[in-house]
Formats: sequence, structure tokens, C-alpha cells
Amino acid sequence: MRRESWQDNITQVVIYVILVVISLIVIVPILYTISVSLTPYADTLKRGGVILWPTNITFEYYGYVFNENSPVPRAYLITGIVTVIGTAISLLITAFTAYPLSKRYLPGRNGIMWIFFFTMLFGGGLIPTYLVIRSLGLINTLWALMIPSAMSVYNMIIMRTFFSGIPDSLEESAKLDGANDITILFRIVLPLSMPVLATLGLFYAVGKWNMFFDALIYINDRSKYTLQVVLREILLMSQLTELIPERASALPPQLPLQMATTMVAVIPMLCLYPFLQRYFVQGVMIGAIKG
Amino acid sequence: MNDITIADVRVAKHQNPFITNIHKYRYLYLLLLPGLIWVIVFRYLPMYGIVIAFKDYNIFKGINDSPWVGLANFNRFFQDNYFWPLMRNTLLISLYKIMFGFPIPIIIALMLNEVRNISFKRTVQTVIYFPHFLSWVIVGGLIVTLLSPDGLINGLITMFGGESTTWMARPEYFRTILVLSDIWKESGWGTVIYMAALAGIDPQLYEAAVIDGASRLQRMRHITLPSLMPTIIIMLILRMGSIMDAGFEQVFLLLNPSVMAVGDIIDTFVYRVGLEQQQYSFSTAVGLFKSVINIIFVVGTNYIAQKAGQESLF
Repeated sequence: MRRESWQDNITQVVIYVILVVISLIVIVPILYTISVSLTPYADTLKRGGVILWPTNITFEYYGYVFNENSPVPRAYLITGIVTVIGTAISLLITAFTAYPLSKRYLPGRNGIMWIFFFTMLFGGGLIPTYLVIRSLGLINTLWALMIPSAMSVYNMIIMRTFFSGIPDSLEESAKLDGANDITILFRIVLPLSMPVLATLGLFYAVGKWNMFFDALIYINDRSKYTLQVVLREILLMSQLTELIPERASALPPQLPLQMATTMVAVIPMLCLYPFLQRYFVQGVMIGAIKG
Repeated sequence: MNDITIADVRVAKHQNPFITNIHKYRYLYLLLLPGLIWVIVFRYLPMYGIVIAFKDYNIFKGINDSPWVGLANFNRFFQDNYFWPLMRNTLLISLYKIMFGFPIPIIIALMLNEVRNISFKRTVQTVIYFPHFLSWVIVGGLIVTLLSPDGLINGLITMFGGESTTWMARPEYFRTILVLSDIWKESGWGTVIYMAALAGIDPQLYEAAVIDGASRLQRMRHITLPSLMPTIIIMLILRMGSIMDAGFEQVFLLLNPSVMAVGDIIDTFVYRVGLEQQQYSFSTAVGLFKSVINIIFVVGTNYIAQKAGQESLF
């Protein structure tokens, strides 16, 4: 018995150490980004680029990201609009589809379910999808970022599972009072589904905020570029000219500018994340029970 | 069943049951309508568009009036000198990701499950889930920065007396960078599904095992792992369904001329040939080839799992 608990303690210590190391591997790059964006670049260079804590904090580099020529503020606004409206559309269409499909008695339910499920296994692919979007005249409109990706069948199945867990008795009594299914969905079912709506809303919102490829191929008009497309130009193609004001006396260094831009894009996520974390884990749990 | 009243049965006798049902459940069908229209327009119309893989598609003639060419587009792809390098890159990157990336979330979940300090467990979970919510553009930018000549990694190497390297321009490191960054971004979040499965194990099983004198390792081997097996199998089947997807956005963003020979994959090829050179029919054929292999793998793995008496997807 004593040897067992001694071994137990060793195992516990090893597990704690490994998990701390894993967490550090995740945190260090983020810490580095914050530090470089806030530290005068001369200081960073003095330390040979090994910098995990900011010194002589300066917001100079953030100033460039928001200068009057910078594409970042506009891209921010556009992405914000797409995220808010797109998430609302996504949640509505997902709930509208999931609710009838959660009714075991609905004739044709299994067939319709298969129509959706099949799209998880097979799809038209990049080019045919592009051609459909183009023939609908959605190219260069923000709708192209909201409508084609409006529903994720996976999320719809999670919501359907949640809806089937709501006791029928609630809906039946409303039906006796003369309410129809649409009223019941809005008045009874959706208010009871706040956890799953919050979770899936977060998934959709993160998806829209991070959407890169759709924006790259469907939006060619520079004035409608989204955040991720602008970020790619700044971070991966090193196109920094727009971040430098016309009257700038000296060229700012590239690295801290890029890191400041990264932080500007990540900050909303960092702020919302701890607050919403419990919701999405809950949501995946719901989906996992009866996937 | 419980909704059918005598009145309904009487009505049904005199009417077409199909129409009766449509009428009876009209509000539910009405709710389904937007989703059905959406899935037809944005998922099934593109599937119909696949016919251009067998045609010589011409924008002005449209899909229906473009001439049929049979399998010419596929033959052209298979006989292309670039076919094998493309297949090798796609499969190697994807297989490395499965080999090294698939077990890690399972191992982390098993370790988290053994942690008794709840707030430590929560903190670790909060930290390791986070990278999943960053876009590949951000993560790609981070990788390029960390690995740049004056970046953190080279800084550490020179600090300990080594020599700095241009990591992103060296073909021998490119696939490793892809696999490691994929693990960094997705492994933490990958544990969620296994944590859910672990939470579902009946604690009585463990209690009984303790009474029988089973050690911690024995409990893990005879209770935890078997309980986790169905989830692992399902995740593996799903993963095999994207064997030809080596991670489009990630590779697309990190690909540069010096690593083209080891990093160009089917998806990036389809993008270049299809959207940049507008060879719509040819690139659709290449895309279809990829989807078909994926389907074969998901159905095949599912079949093997079924035969082995394991959990299966369908």
C-alpha cells in the first residue's frame, strides 16, 4: 500500500511537469509577440532577439498600425460587420434546420438528415464551388463571406442533439394553447437553449473572424479586404508600406510592426476567450454524447 | 406516433397521406426550407458542377453546352511529371500529421485525467485550448517570425553558441515545421473530445478495480483505454477521410519558392492551376481525384473497424 502511494506521487509529479512544459510551449510564442510589440526595437536587438518580457514599454508601433493610411482599421470594421451579421445568420439557419430534424415523428426526417450528412463526406471542391458563387453574382460582396459558409452541418447536429433533450411536455402544452411550431421555437425552445446558442455562436464568430481563404478568393476589391487578408500581406508578405505615414522621418523596424499588428488582431479573442471558454467546452460535450 | 389522433386518421383515409403530412407539419417543413435551399445551392450545385471535370469547360458556353472530353483531364494529370511529387508531398505531410499529431491529444487527455488539483487542470486546459482559436494567418506569421534570422529560435541558438539558420528556406525542415506547428495549434483543442469521453466513464468501475487491488497502470490499461477506444476509432475514421488534405491554409500560407519541391500539395496545385491560371476543368478533375481517394479511405477504414468488431461511423 505504501509503495503504491509512493509510485502514485512520482507519477503525479511527472504528469505535472509535462503539463507545465506543454503549457509553456503554448505561452512562450504569445509572450514573445506581446514583448516585441511593446519594447523599443533597439532593446530587443540588444538582447539578441531573446525577449519574453517587455522593457521600456512603448506604444509607438501600435501607432503605425492605426495611422491614417493603414488598411487595418477598415479591415477591422469590415471583419466586425461580417462576424456579427454572419454569426446571426448562421445561428438562425442552424436552429431552423436543427429544430424540425430533432422531431422524431417528422415524416422524411431521416432522408433529409442524410441530405445534410452526405455533404460532410463529399463536396464539389474548390473550383465548382467558386463557379457557383460567381454565377450567383456574390464575388466582391460581403455576402460571399456570410452565406456560403452560413451553416456547418456538424454544428447543426450538435444543436439537434441539444433540442432533442428538451422535454416534449413543454412544447405540447404550448401546442394545446394554440401555438404553432415557429412560435414554440422562438418562445420556448431557443430561450431554453442559451448554452448551445452561446457555444455555437462562438464557434461561428471565431470562424468568421479568422476566415481567410474565402475572403482571398471571393473579394478582389481592396476596399473590401478583411482582417486576415490584410494580416497576410503584413505578416507573411512583409508589405508594410501602408503602415508607414507619408511624413515619417525614419523607417520603422519590421518585426515590432508585425508583432503589434498581430496583437491588434488577437486582442478581441484574448479578451473574450477566458469569459466564453466554459461555453464551448460544454458545447463539445453535448455534441460528443450523441454524435 | 403519439401525435396521431382519431380525427387525423379519419382525414388521412380520404386524402393522400403525403399531402396530409405536409399540411400537418407545415410549420416544421417551413423552418427546414432555408436550410434545404442553402444545402442545395451551396453544397449540391457544386457537386453537379463536378461534371466539368469530364468536359472542356468554357465560360461562354456554360456547363451544359461545353463539349465532353471523357477522362482526358484525368489522363493529363496522371501522366504529368508533377503527379508523383504532388502525391508524395500530400501523403507524406498528411501521414506525418496523423502519426505524430493523432496520439498527442489522447496522451494529454489521459494525463489531465490523472490530475487531482482541479484549478491546475482548468488552467492547463484554458492555456492549451487557446491556439485553436488563432487563425492560420496569425500562426503562420508567428512561425515565420520565430524562425526568422533575427527571431527567437535563432536568438536562443546563438545564445548557446550555435549558428543561426534560415529555417523557412530549407527544404529539409519544411515538413517538420508543418507537422510541429499543426501539433502546436490543434493538439490542445483535440483533447476536448477525449476529455468528454473520459468524463463519461462510470466511477464504479474504478472503485471496483481498486477493491480488487488493481494498480493505477492496470486501471488505465483495463478500464480507461477500453472505454476510450470507441472515441479513438471514430476520430481515426474521420481523420482518414481527410488523408488527402494536408492542411490547405497552413501550407498555402507558408509555401515559398525554396520549399516548393517538398511542400507543394494537391490543394495548393488546384488553387494555382484553377484560380490563377483558370484551367477550370483540369483543376476540377484534380480536386475530384482527391475527394474520391478521401471517400475510399473513410469507407475503407470504416469497413475495417466494423470487421474488427469496433465502433464504426455508418
